[in-house]
Amino acid sequence: METVTPQHFLILASLLFAVGFLGVVIRRNILLVLMSLELMLNGINVALVAFSRSGTNMDGSLFVFFIMTVAAAEVSVGLALLVAFYKKRKSIYSEGMSLLGN
Amino acid sequence: MSIVDFLFYVFATISVGGGLLMVLSRHPVPASLFMIVSLVGVAALFVLLEAFFLAILQVLVYAGAVMVLFLFIIMLLDVGPQGGKAARIKLFSLVSGILLVGMLVVVLIELSQAPDTSVVDPSSNWPELAEEATANESNLTFSPSAKSFGFGLLAKYMLPLQVSGFLLLAAMVGVIILSKKFSSSEPEEG
Repeated sequence: METVTPQHFLILASLLFAVGFLGVVIRRNILLVLMSLELMLNGINVALVAFSRSGTNMDGSLFVFFIMTVAAAEVSVGLALLVAFYKKRKSIYSEGMSLLGN
Repeated sequence: MSIVDFLFYVFATISVGGGLLMVLSRHPVPASLFMIVSLVGVAALFVLLEAFFLAILQVLVYAGAVMVLFLFIIMLLDVGPQGGKAARIKLFSLVSGILLVGMLVVVLIELSQAPDTSVVDPSSNWPELAEEATANESNLTFSPSAKSFGFGLLAKYMLPLQVSGFLLLAAMVGVIILSKKFSSSEPEEG
């Protein structure tokens, strides 16, 4: 246990990103895939804020604001697509999404 | 070890552990609750980094709005853990997954063993913040106050701010179109 440096925050950010990526890969439920995408974006946010703080520059923190905006828009559109998909197929699992592959 | 370091390890454990539990739980409702735990942990990390405005925004937008939206959709669709085929792990995906994790571990070990090449002396990893943010449009210094956020957004990032507002409008219109029920009698217009 040593004093916390920016490297600690970067390792934490990569861990969060890796956990989110794991969820995107192993989950079939599209709801859980969307949540894992949120977790990946959160890892990126942690890295941006740590860089912004250690470099005493505001730009990284402002970018976090834009990432949050884009994430909110992405989730709303993704969930609307999911509801439309459920109405058509009565399923929210990604293996039902193979119409273009056939 | 100071109290800040201790809190960093606590909140790092909370956020990564919540994320892992979210990924590993099969039912969507506990998964979203674990996700809220993870998001609040990240908000606490933002507080440790003195980005107070972002921490509030994280709790309000993510833990408040986005996760409530997820819970609404879960209840609307009424889905359980059943359904969907069980995941069959093929040999190829197993090998590539192990390779991926191995490379990540190697990178982390290299990162922790790399010699410190930074020009700043290691005792000043977190530079002291000025009392008052300098109001300079091209060079925004980091400051925990919400005022500097507003200045940065409205001075340097005016166009991206407007574009993100337009993005939210486009998302709203898209969601309305997607969830609208087109009756078969009236022709759909492309």
